[in-house]
Amino acid sequence: MKIHEYQAKQILGRYGVAVPRGEVISRVEEARVAAERLGGGTVVVKAQIHAGGRGKGGGVKLARNSAEAEKVAGDILGMTLVTHQTGPEGRVVRKVLIEEGLDVARELYLGLVIDRAIGCPVFMASNEGGVEIEVVAAQHPEKILKESIDPGVGFQAFQARKLAFGLGLEGVQVTEAVKFFAALYRAFEGTDASLTEINPFVVTRDGRLLALDAKMNFDDNALFRHREIRELRDLDEEDPLEVKASNSGLNYIRLDGNVGCMVNGAGLAMATMDIIQYAGGRPANFLDVGGGASEEQVRKGFEIILGDPNVRAVLINIFGGIMRCDIVANGVVGAAKSLGIKVPVVVRLEGTNVELGQKILRESELNFTVANGMKDAAEKVVSLARH
Amino acid sequence: MSVLVDENTRLLVQGLTGREGGFHTGQAIEYGTKVVAGVTPGKGGTVWKGATGSRNVPVFNTVAEAVETTGANVSVIFVPPAFAADATMEAADAGLPLVVCITEGIPTFDMIRVKQFLAGSNTRLIGPNCPGIISPGKCKVGIMPGSIHKPGNVGVISRSGTLTYEAVGQLTSLGIGQSTCIGIGGDPIIGTSFVDALRLMNDDPETHAMVLIGEIGGSAEEDAAQFIKERVRKPVTGFICGRTAPPGRRMGHAGAIISGGKGTATDKIAALQAAGVTVADSPALIGETMARVLGVVSH
Repeated sequence: MKIHEYQAKQILGRYGVAVPRGEVISRVEEARVAAERLGGGTVVVKAQIHAGGRGKGGGVKLARNSAEAEKVAGDILGMTLVTHQTGPEGRVVRKVLIEEGLDVARELYLGLVIDRAIGCPVFMASNEGGVEIEVVAAQHPEKILKESIDPGVGFQAFQARKLAFGLGLEGVQVTEAVKFFAALYRAFEGTDASLTEINPFVVTRDGRLLALDAKMNFDDNALFRHREIRELRDLDEEDPLEVKASNSGLNYIRLDGNVGCMVNGAGLAMATMDIIQYAGGRPANFLDVGGGASEEQVRKGFEIILGDPNVRAVLINIFGGIMRCDIVANGVVGAAKSLGIKVPVVVRLEGTNVELGQKILRESELNFTVANGMKDAAEKVVSLARH
Repeated sequence: MSVLVDENTRLLVQGLTGREGGFHTGQAIEYGTKVVAGVTPGKGGTVWKGATGSRNVPVFNTVAEAVETTGANVSVIFVPPAFAADATMEAADAGLPLVVCITEGIPTFDMIRVKQFLAGSNTRLIGPNCPGIISPGKCKVGIMPGSIHKPGNVGVISRSGTLTYEAVGQLTSLGIGQSTCIGIGGDPIIGTSFVDALRLMNDDPETHAMVLIGEIGGSAEEDAAQFIKERVRKPVTGFICGRTAPPGRRMGHAGAIISGGKGTATDKIAALQAAGVTVADSPALIGETMARVLGVVSH
């Protein structure tokens, strides 16, 4: 799960991480007062969307006083911000963060991720702040300092010192950095984050250390134990069909093709998208109906898939291991009938009672094409989507 | 032979009295697996009868007690995500050499702690978020449909569930039987990697070739490619799903995510091919690809 920069800074602030003073607003009228509360001097107005590259896209602007802050906020609020991470359609900006301007001397990078290969969190730091870390990792991997964290004992002070001295910090800044890094790790672990990135992590001209930007992603599997994080979810930042699907307990991701697909199992669902492309088509979505494949689940799946106007044909690929194919077939027929489905549907079933399941589909008098095997299914659905 | 589970497996089911645990235990018993105990804290002393009413599996409060009383040597875990890490550690603490965790949805940090807990112990974990492990004809530990499997000499190692069944179904229909099929699971932090499973199968005289089913996310397939290049002399074929997956999105499995440009299907396929693995272009060709490599004439 993703959250906005201002929310990440609120969380980090609660854990004792130094963040700039700022206020989030959603209406232009609020900008002047917010800027004045910050001292009336230079502020930064920052678009709040769940994507990076906001600065380059024109979503982050300086304002020298509160009157200018109002004007700038007016420009940014409501704009459709296009960045290299939003896709060409961009994202409408509904909130901006008005933040105190800082006199920045150095821009550094901090990142906390889970290293899957070694199975523990890793704290990364680099002198190359304010740029894309993947570029640094690709071109200058030696510039990224890393400390692996023992999950039993946590992040140790000596590790924080290694990073701080490695970044070229000196004197009292080292002590401050140790506190900052320790607080950052506590926030990461305490919220079950999957990623926490401070880019840039700044040293101001008067020697203060702050998180100028903050990004936090959370482990979806841990949300059940973090109500305060769940409440930060911004549905406006998600695709409406994907929101509807998640409310129905379905795993759905929208793509841009015209062949819809509904499958039981994530690996098989990805393979189904792949074989649709292999057969010359373009998948419209990923959809895992899970182990159930009941009539109820299939109906919900159809509703979601057909909510996408691009979809010209649908492929249902169910490997019914424990669930018998005749039961699945009855569910598919029932769902299609109750929704009055008009697009062609190709059904490929495999598993127990497969012939009986296919018979039920053929005799249903609905617009079903029965397929044998994934190759046949993909070729049939791609062909139907073309006409 | 086979790896890890066979006719000597004495299975303990953690979560036996729950819906999933109960249903799949009935299936396992039908398949011929020896189920000797169940563990549900608070229900110790009762006897699980199953849906048929004819099963007689004793239920214990703790894994330690169950192991001591029944000599169970493998545990399968059907426990909800909030409690599954704890159940896994309990099984390891009781000294079980093999624990298979089916549960999907365990928090990543919990699994980080479980891995550390297991390090240095004699317990091997398979999963979590996996269908389990089956040695066809001998023993089924998990939720896979037994009927699509056929005893034989090809090992299958997969991050997926139903895609594994697809692969197995294709192999069986071509007359190619399986020695052991291991579902290693779809999470980012798992107990048994491709390399671990390949090592076991490489050392198993009854496994003559391996099929590797991978997906986007992480670097497990690249690590496998390295291991295959250095140590494996048996034929390995495979399939990697997720060529069409968009970057940055979690595709169902918690571990199936392309991050910062890393973990793409294309990269994994290239690494495996460079190690001599024949990678099927289409999921419909997984069985055929192994048949071709083995020089098997299809029926």
